[in-house]
Amino acid sequence: MSELLYFLAVLLSAVFTSNILLTNYLGMCSFLAVSKEIKTSLGLGAAVVFVMAITCPLNWMVSAWVLEPLHLEYLRFIVFIVVIAAFVQVLEMIVERVSETLYANLGIFLPLITVNCAILGASLFMIIRKYTLAESFVYGTGSGLGWMLAILAMAGIRQEKLNQSKLPRGLEGPAIALVVAGIMALAFMGFSGMGGGN
Amino acid sequence: MQGKTKKVFLANLGADNPVFVQILGICSTLAVTNVVRNTLVMCLGLIFTTALSSWTVSVLRRWIPSRTRMMVEVMIIAGYVIVVDIILRAFHPDISRQLGPYVGLIITNCIVMGRAEAFALSNRPWLSLVDGAAAGVGYSYVLLLIAVVRELMGSGTVWGVRVLGAWWTNWSILVMAPGAFFVLALFIWFIRAKVMKQPEPAKGAGP
Repeated sequence: MSELLYFLAVLLSAVFTSNILLTNYLGMCSFLAVSKEIKTSLGLGAAVVFVMAITCPLNWMVSAWVLEPLHLEYLRFIVFIVVIAAFVQVLEMIVERVSETLYANLGIFLPLITVNCAILGASLFMIIRKYTLAESFVYGTGSGLGWMLAILAMAGIRQEKLNQSKLPRGLEGPAIALVVAGIMALAFMGFSGMGGGN
Repeated sequence: MQGKTKKVFLANLGADNPVFVQILGICSTLAVTNVVRNTLVMCLGLIFTTALSSWTVSVLRRWIPSRTRMMVEVMIIAGYVIVVDIILRAFHPDISRQLGPYVGLIITNCIVMGRAEAFALSNRPWLSLVDGAAAGVGYSYVLLLIAVVRELMGSGTVWGVRVLGAWWTNWSILVMAPGAFFVLALFIWFIRAKVMKQPEPAKGAGP
């Protein structure tokens, strides 16, 4: 039971307290570029959650069972990015075969994901924080969910409010998006201390 | 030739600046700018990586198959990032620890990949080296400006040296996450409104 509570704490802290986007600033490029509409944000968010939940434990296994016994830790960056890219490629092929509608909705986002720093960042944080295999799965899922939550909130604000509002010259586009992200980060700071702290 | 090199170099500092025009590499722009010293280390790492990976991609451009070119580019970049990481860990282990995963994340910094894709694949090695280094310098001076503002107002220091006296109340929000967003937003706003004359980027010029 306490084990379960602990995993819940890891999950909640990954989603809220140390939200990968708003406190660690990872995945900003696609966050700023894709958050113009709720529908596309949802698609990209779902793809990120899925890829992160799988690549985190995958990279954990590669790191703990292959790299560490062979003392090749310094190759971690190159191996992690290859694992992520290969996984995304395979996933894209499977999705294309299995379901046309899923491919149409999700498939277009997959190539974007390889270069999404949040995916690689989650794997690197998992190593730095010395998570176990099970924790890394929970952490990957939580980080993905946190990222999706942030991009959805952002898309909601942009679609409902910003697109209709008149803004001073130069503030349109990325600048106002960053201001909104800053206010969201302020709000997320209110979660600190939750989930056992960090 | 001389003129072209100069043009490529200057474009990256101003009209094509990776940070405030193309909005690339924002992750590290926000993450490492709370202390000036870390920012400088990060910038040097990025200049090194962008310049050399652009050069390598350009040298190999005839032999890189176009279908797998992203993969090849990522491998080249990752190789140079590993070099940066090893050097940093050997000589400045404390900075390496503070930067944490962000050194590794140079790999997915869109600037490096962007220069390789957009420039190095279709230009000669020397010009690509200049272009890569210039993109790195264009990124660096923006980051250093932001870092000075954040460290000065957030902790009252620059490079760890106390500049503002005891009368100064630290704006601690500036060294935390939200401050990074606000400072960068104000910076982009200022540049776009006052410095850039052409109305073209106003139309949501995303990356």
